[in-house]
Amino acid sequence: MSKIIVVTSGKGGVGKTTTSAAVATGLAHRGHKTAVIDFDIGLRNLDLVMGCERRVVYDFVNVIRDEARLNQALIKDKRVDNLYILPASQTRDKDALTKEGVQAVLDELDQQGFEFVVCDSPAGIEHGAHMALYFADEAFVVTNPEVSSVRDSDRILGILQSRSKRAEEGLEPVREHLIVTRYEPTRVDRGDMLSVEDILDILAIPLLGVVPECKSVLQASNAGVPVVLDEVGRAGQAYKDIVGRYLGENIPQRFLQPEKKPLFKRLFG
Amino acid sequence: MRWLNYFRSSQRNTARTAKERLQVIIAHERQGAAGAPDYLPRLQREILEVVRRYAEVSERDVKVEVEREDGYEVLALSVALPEETTHALR
Repeated sequence: MSKIIVVTSGKGGVGKTTTSAAVATGLAHRGHKTAVIDFDIGLRNLDLVMGCERRVVYDFVNVIRDEARLNQALIKDKRVDNLYILPASQTRDKDALTKEGVQAVLDELDQQGFEFVVCDSPAGIEHGAHMALYFADEAFVVTNPEVSSVRDSDRILGILQSRSKRAEEGLEPVREHLIVTRYEPTRVDRGDMLSVEDILDILAIPLLGVVPECKSVLQASNAGVPVVLDEVGRAGQAYKDIVGRYLGENIPQRFLQPEKKPLFKRLFG
Repeated sequence: MRWLNYFRSSQRNTARTAKERLQVIIAHERQGAAGAPDYLPRLQREILEVVRRYAEVSERDVKVEVEREDGYEVLALSVALPEETTHALR
């Protein structure tokens, strides 16, 4: 069976799509056949972040409504083998996603030998977000070190524990992983920002990784290149670590301490 | 003039405030989500309707509470009946 990973957060703008793109690309880069699905119906954006917006012909809803075959809608990534993108539709009909329809697409991906399916959830706790998490085996909860994001993550954890398929059918619960993004250790040291430990104390789920605040994230989305393909930037390295850890490698946490700058830069930088 | 910040170390620690506020609100919300199903107000109204067929009680005389202990839930209903009706029912 393919592993279904939902990337979710409750709050918008915390880095779900960046994380979905990076994680899916990272998994495929490591040789695993991976599909990444945009569940944000009406507000398609994964295609832009993945740099395939001009290749979208059919979308997720077309497949659910039998207007196109899955293979017509799946976009094969040009940079990384084993990586496929299923874009969201731009329809305004929010109920276009049905449980049966999503299930059918996931089943077909499984039959086609996909090892991982990454579901990029929309913000909020409405229908689209529920559909994105419903079939999940694993949840990557993306949180910023900021009060509203942490609170919304807690809400989403409650929904995963009560309204996912695994919860409804009394199966083993969805495995939850925390990804803290936009982390700034210097501000944490100054007492201006919640620390990873603070967030872990409150949410009480295992930490998969910390992505530092980094210019490279915006540069990557500007260019339509998943940030994990950026070998130099700290965010890219952080996502690479995250994928490795998820695949069971023992990689110590990084980016928890302020970057060491030369004295001159510290005083006048 | 960033070097000036080095002399301003006595700023308030807002991260600690954030954590404390989060702990309070999240504990409260977790309790709310677990302990109060959304049908409770309707249940309360319908119980009141049934009771009113026999006795005159107001909305305030019906209390519905849910308590959750490990593994099971207790739904507690209490209806305060007016004096004379209590006699009549006996």
